Amino acid sequence: MSVPALKALFPGDVQDTAGRRAQLAEIDASCRWPVLYFFLSGLGWLLLGTLLALVTSMKLHLPDFLAESSWLTFGRVRPAHLNTVIYGFASQSAIGVCIWLMCRLCRVPLMAAGIILAANVFWNLGLTVGVVGILVGDSTAIEWLEMPAYATPILFFSYALIAVWAIITFRLRREKQLYVSQWYLLAALLWFPWLYSTAQIMLLIQPVRGVVQAAVNWWFAHNVLGLWFTPIGLAAIYYFIPKVIGRPIRSYYLSVLGFWSLALFYNWNGLHHLVGGPLPAWMITISVVASVMMLIPVIAVAINHHYTMWGHFHKLRYSPTLRFIVVGAMCYTLTSLQGVASALRSVSEVTHFTHHTIAHAHLGMYGFFTMVMFGSIYYIFPRITLREWPSQSLISAHFWACLLGLVLYVVPLSYAGVLQGLAMNTAEIPFLKVVAGTLPFLQLRTLAGLILAAGHVAFFANIVWMLCRVLGPYQQPVRMILTGTQQTAVAGK
Amino acid sequence: MNYGPLLFLGILFTLASSWVGLVLMPNRQLGTLTPHVNATTSAIYPAARAGEAQQGAETYRSLGCIYCHSQQVRPEGFGGDIARGWGKRRTVSRDYLFDKPVQLGTSRTGPDLTNFGERNGAVDWNLKHLYNPQITSPGSIMPAYPFLFEKRRIGKNGASTNALALIAPFAPEAGYEIVPKMEALQLVEYLRSLKTSVDLPEASIKKTEGDAAAPDASATNAPTGAPAPAPAK
Repeated sequence: MSVPALKALFPGDVQDTAGRRAQLAEIDASCRWPVLYFFLSGLGWLLLGTLLALVTSMKLHLPDFLAESSWLTFGRVRPAHLNTVIYGFASQSAIGVCIWLMCRLCRVPLMAAGIILAANVFWNLGLTVGVVGILVGDSTAIEWLEMPAYATPILFFSYALIAVWAIITFRLRREKQLYVSQWYLLAALLWFPWLYSTAQIMLLIQPVRGVVQAAVNWWFAHNVLGLWFTPIGLAAIYYFIPKVIGRPIRSYYLSVLGFWSLALFYNWNGLHHLVGGPLPAWMITISVVASVMMLIPVIAVAINHHYTMWGHFHKLRYSPTLRFIVVGAMCYTLTSLQGVASALRSVSEVTHFTHHTIAHAHLGMYGFFTMVMFGSIYYIFPRITLREWPSQSLISAHFWACLLGLVLYVVPLSYAGVLQGLAMNTAEIPFLKVVAGTLPFLQLRTLAGLILAAGHVAFFANIVWMLCRVLGPYQQPVRMILTGTQQTAVAGK
Repeated sequence: MNYGPLLFLGILFTLASSWVGLVLMPNRQLGTLTPHVNATTSAIYPAARAGEAQQGAETYRSLGCIYCHSQQVRPEGFGGDIARGWGKRRTVSRDYLFDKPVQLGTSRTGPDLTNFGERNGAVDWNLKHLYNPQITSPGSIMPAYPFLFEKRRIGKNGASTNALALIAPFAPEAGYEIVPKMEALQLVEYLRSLKTSVDLPEASIKKTEGDAAAPDASATNAPTGAPAPAPAK
């Protein structure tokens, strides 16, 4: 079927406010099950990933803990944690947000929901196979790509379904204006399969020789962050800040600058993970230079978001979406600056190989991305389920636990990493003494993890409670959207 | 930026740039690297690992040793790697020619293992260390690997010759012994094979007074120290 023919299937554009609201409600309703499946399965993986994280963290200061089982040895639980939170929680909630944003920004109802549901089933299947594979000992030991080669094609197939669906939706868009978020979403959807297939082919299917593997590994691993999670996180920030505060993005030109400089520089960053390593200097140097160039997109985006929020910070008190998203946006700036610094050779000399990198990764993946996803879910969930969040206290508990846990995780561990690095570079200090120096911080990390876990449980309880409420006044807001009688219909307040 | 095709091309070309630069170019430069042949001794470095050590590499991969142990030595004066005795020279691309997968590692929660075979080739020490690191390195946070060992009742012919010599509090209850499984022995063989102290044109070993050049014998990954005990069963 040709594009015009497909487009003819939809009713013409509507201009009046009530009509637009009705259209939004129609789009949200069409997204209901597909987005819900991705969010809920993502949250399931988040809980499992949190549990694995706690086990991993405890093993570092209680090495005898669960040592009897080969399935639960540190070197397997740690990659199992990474893969469940990265591909289980983060990617699935990213896909959920992506689907919903794509439909809303293109102003097209979700079509062919069956494809999305099938993709969800395959994604979870591939991931289950992959994580069990890691635990039984089939991990590839290639960081960020630990899932064995018999699991990853299932994930790739699932991803292909989503990307094809998204691109068709994009082609059928009724909205002529492309919003910033769409640039980022489209880019992420196209970049990820390229990264993933290159890494799979060159590392698992037909492994390249020697340290070329390391180059491909870090080109991939850093780009998963930079070209998959970052664009989707930024797309959500660009959408939700203006949406919640009711004011457009401050500067269109800064958005353009931010997008294209990220596209140009981020993908060259990966090899700064190999500073001092056995690769030719030019490869590492070029990545260090590109890492410093990341200052341009990061500062452009930070200024743009900050000035959009200017004068509206008091709204943080009322909207959980805004709170999570703004914290996420701030963490994006912080983690990027930390990343630029630790890419420098003089800093890397100290912080490389230490817990500093772990803290940095969590500031990025948790402080930035996960917080943005939480914020997005607080906004999207009531709209697709037509139910209000049942408990404000649980929302508060979730937010404060996340924030406290995050600070308690990142700040001490970043500091510990520097101490550890300095001690390690002083050859006179015995290695076991270096290890002993990190122990209090590793214990503190477990405490931080417990606080984060409590936050996740509060979040999950709220969602279960919400889904249990079927009838009652929660149908009300729909009618309000349709008739346009109330300005803020269902808000995740 | 409302023109879809332009956006599409921009997205593709930006990633294509680093795909060429950081994936294809490294493969072009390093993908054809060959082992070094010593002009006088004809010794070849690096050599592929012998069977048992190679199987140990699989255990190393499977247990995720990489998450705490790196295998790379940074250059002299950059960090404390050489000063700590983790290597006599920096590691270079050629050192990893036959590693599948290459496990450079990004964490040093434990010490670097690039040249572990040169530092500590004693089989007995390594087996005890794997059985419970507290025996050999009190205060270590390395996990114990009891599942690489078999605890069995001592038969009427007396204790097995390959049983670990353990003393309290690490010894099992009376009448039992701890015997390494095949995986434990292979893993130790792999650890003993980790050696890179060979002079290469691109990375030579700094000569110090009274220090002869590294023997090329180490290039063959030949095991040193006591012969390995037989596996369980």
